[in-house]
Amino acid sequence: MSFRIVVLAKQVPDTHNVGADAMNADGTVNRSALPVVFNPEDLKALEMALQVKDRMPGATVTVITMGPPRAGEIIKDALNRGADDGFVLSDARFAGADTLATSYALSQAIRQMGRVDLIFGGRQAIDGDTAQVGPQVAEKLDMPQITYAEELLDVDAGGISVRRRLERGIECVKAKLPVLVTVTSAAADCRYPNAHRMLRRAKDEVRMVNADGIGADMDRLGLKGSPTKVKQIVNVVLSHKESVVIEPTEAALGELSATLIKAHIL
Amino acid sequence: MNNVLVYCELSEKNTIADISLELCTKGRQLATRLGCRLQAAVLGSQVGEAAASLYPYGVDDVFLADDKRLSPYRNLPHFAVLSKLIQAQQPQIVLFGASSVGRDLAPRIASFLRCGLTADCTALEIGSHEDAKTGKTYDDILYQIRPAFGGNIIATIVCPETRPQMATVREGVMKKEVYDPAYKGTVIPVRLDASLDSADKAVEILSREIEEQKIDIKGAQIIVAGGYGMGSRENFQLLHRFAHLIGASVGATRAAVDAGFCESERQIGQTGVTVRPKLYIACGISGAVQHRAGMDQSAKIISINTDPDAPINAIADYTIVGDAMTVIPQFMACYKKNLK
Repeated sequence: MSFRIVVLAKQVPDTHNVGADAMNADGTVNRSALPVVFNPEDLKALEMALQVKDRMPGATVTVITMGPPRAGEIIKDALNRGADDGFVLSDARFAGADTLATSYALSQAIRQMGRVDLIFGGRQAIDGDTAQVGPQVAEKLDMPQITYAEELLDVDAGGISVRRRLERGIECVKAKLPVLVTVTSAAADCRYPNAHRMLRRAKDEVRMVNADGIGADMDRLGLKGSPTKVKQIVNVVLSHKESVVIEPTEAALGELSATLIKAHIL
Repeated sequence: MNNVLVYCELSEKNTIADISLELCTKGRQLATRLGCRLQAAVLGSQVGEAAASLYPYGVDDVFLADDKRLSPYRNLPHFAVLSKLIQAQQPQIVLFGASSVGRDLAPRIASFLRCGLTADCTALEIGSHEDAKTGKTYDDILYQIRPAFGGNIIATIVCPETRPQMATVREGVMKKEVYDPAYKGTVIPVRLDASLDSADKAVEILSREIEEQKIDIKGAQIIVAGGYGMGSRENFQLLHRFAHLIGASVGATRAAVDAGFCESERQIGQTGVTVRPKLYIACGISGAVQHRAGMDQSAKIISINTDPDAPINAIADYTIVGDAMTVIPQFMACYKKNLK
């Protein structure tokens, strides 16, 4: 019985390189104007999964993402780096999902795979920074969780031990399988894509799976299945090019601090 | 009665963590506004004293779960106890710290209860909400306000239909304030059942090395940084006072560290740490390219410098030309006044 590993990944807008046209006039995000990347911590999660695969002969790594068809790019990238399989959950019915609806869709997709021993995912995605989807998938699959993992210490058929990075220190833990592990940015960088794999798979189409393919309750998907609603969005992008000169007077400093408090910066 | 519940974290010394006291302060305001009780959940081992220390923050009821298996924190034992408690009590709001504990526990609870959870809120308010589609109005809803998208937008999130409404808040974002030193609440012991036994077996802690408080400015939302222009270690103390007031961390340039103004852990720049806070206040920093490399992705930058042509000003959103030693006390006074 071979070891089955799942990696949860996301293609995200590169929020560290936000340009002037990143926001629409109505305050929504103009996703088409943003470069997209493999969420950095998900790449670290993929590396940890591949390290398990290295130590466990016959283990397979399946990468799952949810997003538009374009997100197939990261599946292809993951395959080139050493994953065995992967697919995109792509369907208009998934759109507008918050973390609860996202974790439901992902957990349903994992359920379809039958027995899974280990699930890895990045701690959080750089476009939301919520760190919620991992623990929520674990709960839905009734699996224990280890968050903030930074190094794989040991793994065998009986369990896994990892080192966790906390705010003020470290903790080494051991869990029985199956377990879900979320990986932080302090973990090892992902290995590079393999040229042979790239050439061999260059023309492969990435598999797309829709809502019917995961046996989902449609009411728990997408916007409909999302309890959180965005009431209001305020654009706070300020141009860095023009520096506002503030006089060191009580009136000017008072106004500055009031502005910052109002914008929730202070 | 649907109340406001704060999940309390414990420090290594088994006292209530600052983040939780900050949440109790905010929770007290929300409970008063909503006309309900403020409740706290304390899960740990030998935590009776810690529980009693919550009363001055305006906590009416402390749900106390005291068991060896609940200390130190592990996900499943705390999940087993807290999820049952919330199901039984049905609070309308539950608050968690956005710490490695709160961010580990809250999402699992939200998934179990199938309710909404907003991470890293910077403000929590009560207000009404009208659903644009159905036209239905909801009163006394929790506004969960947070920066999103790399700090480029501020979003107000609401959960009109599901309860409880849950949010996490980072340490230092809310103010910790004693509500009434003589305030008295009650302890309500939580009965533990067999679910804790199975939860106890899932994940085992092999070793733990936690430092009580170490300098780590990487995750700071606000940074007050000083350069060589601050002049002395004594003058640097002003930065610490300023940072304390606004909930910031203190950073420094290499020149300031080399001059002995502060610890090297605070050094920001190419040879120090890279930071991306939502606000960076550069005090007496000229802005060498090596320093800028470690902070130029800050969402907002304020420069306080006597030199109007300091290179830092080119990347600052706001430039205050003046001596940091006089500008900072002025700014602190204005800030205090504006908070009132």
